[in-house]
Amino acid sequence: MANSNHTTRRTVLSLAGGAAALVIVRPVDATPAMLQAAIRNIVGEANVRTGKVKLDIPPLVENGNTVPMTISVSSPMTADEYVKSIHVFNEKNPQPNIGNFYLGPHAGRAQVSTRIRLADSQKVTAIARLSDDTFWSATADVVVTLAACTEEAI
Amino acid sequence: MPSALINVPKKARRGDVIEIKTLMSHIMETGYRHTASGDVVARDIITSFTCRFNGQEVFRADLFPAIAANPFITFFTTATESGKFEFEWIGDKGFSETAQASITVE
Amino acid sequence: MRIAVCIALLAAMVGAALATEIPPAARRSGYSFMGADTKAMQDEDTANPGMLSVLDGEALWTRKAGSADKACAECHNDARVSMKGVAARYPAFEKMLGKPIDLEGRINLCRTNHQQATPFAYESRELLALSAYVAQQSRGMPIAADDDPELAPFVEKGHALFMQRQGQLNLGCANCHDDNWDRKLAGSPITQGQPTGYPLYRLEWQSLGSLQRRLRACITGIRAQAYDYGSPELVELELYLMSRARGMPVETPAVRP
Repeated sequence: MANSNHTTRRTVLSLAGGAAALVIVRPVDATPAMLQAAIRNIVGEANVRTGKVKLDIPPLVENGNTVPMTISVSSPMTADEYVKSIHVFNEKNPQPNIGNFYLGPHAGRAQVSTRIRLADSQKVTAIARLSDDTFWSATADVVVTLAACTEEAI
Repeated sequence: MPSALINVPKKARRGDVIEIKTLMSHIMETGYRHTASGDVVARDIITSFTCRFNGQEVFRADLFPAIAANPFITFFTTATESGKFEFEWIGDKGFSETAQASITVE
Repeated sequence: MRIAVCIALLAAMVGAALATEIPPAARRSGYSFMGADTKAMQDEDTANPGMLSVLDGEALWTRKAGSADKACAECHNDARVSMKGVAARYPAFEKMLGKPIDLEGRINLCRTNHQQATPFAYESRELLALSAYVAQQSRGMPIAADDDPELAPFVEKGHALFMQRQGQLNLGCANCHDDNWDRKLAGSPITQGQPTGYPLYRLEWQSLGSLQRRLRACITGIRAQAYDYGSPELVELELYLMSRARGMPVETPAVRP
């Protein structure tokens, strides 16, 4: 959507830095630098404040392959004041992005659910972009337990 | 043969905020896995999901490999008039699927 | 590392093995060991990914196949009527073969004998879909798999396999699923191994899978050589597990971690 409008030179540089790191270090985990770059790619130079966003995800999950997650944003969802989009990131998967969800005033309620994969215990961050182009976030720590008896690989 | 499960209320009153649930059959292969012989299993994911109501986009999502297999996505919309929801999933390897659901608004 | 943990914990249990059967009143479906989120996934059909296979199976039910050019529905009509309660009675004794066959085996026999088609491979999309669709017609009905007296010796064989220690960890099924089901292994509940919801959607697999797949995974887990798909041993184990779960309601398509 309008993400690129906010991409400044500094964002491009930090993105390039992330890409370079990706070439040198094998991308086993999303490094904090990659996570920062992914977030900057969405929010640009804007300040991201904590609040308004609720990230509902089990603190201890039964299997990291399928983790239910609900993000809701407190917003009146009127024509003048609504949530434009919700972006979800993780800290330690091979890639920092999980999903981008685009809403509008007609959504009536700013709430989205999906199921995600978490390669390891880590932080998950949701960032909402409101109609006034302010950004709000919530972060949750998730502990992923590993299955006791695993099967042979494919 | 991909299949989809869609949950949209059949009826609603004008102005009601309704929940829409969608489940699409897809492996969501991350591109980060290896076979026993060490070869990378090529990425094969759904990258985009769109819901339109009477032709107008009401919800859209970009999906990444961190979305679990058989993507389940739920969201809300306001019932304004009777009509048809159209759902579209687009992904790697030319994946493209659609589904529809009708609603009567009184 | 998780394998090492698994081995250490399992090895610790070996000494404490008592092999006592679970009293009927204490039997619990794997469902009851799950967290609220996973339960919710099973509880609602439009949130249950196993239902995608059921839908797929519904379509296959009416599709013509084989050189006989017949669909399942041409003999069995509406599965919602004709297949009601059927999966709750499988594995069943097959007179022609003189041994029990499971639901997947029955579907494949139907294919070869009546549709004159090649049997589906185990764990193929089609076989999982058809068995899920057929088994879903028994959802909520009590398991009643060992009624046929001809099955008695095979239930016994399955019971013996269930008790038999094997593999590098020298464990039998009973050591975990009879004796230690109220405990945990590496943070996960052990469960009683009740086969109430197969084929089921496992979050670990991110797909539907059969009871035979689950049994093979368990056997690999104790570092033993898994029996082949379709082998008499796996069918006998399935039969014993179903007789052990007698009266418990069918949950297909269940969801498990």
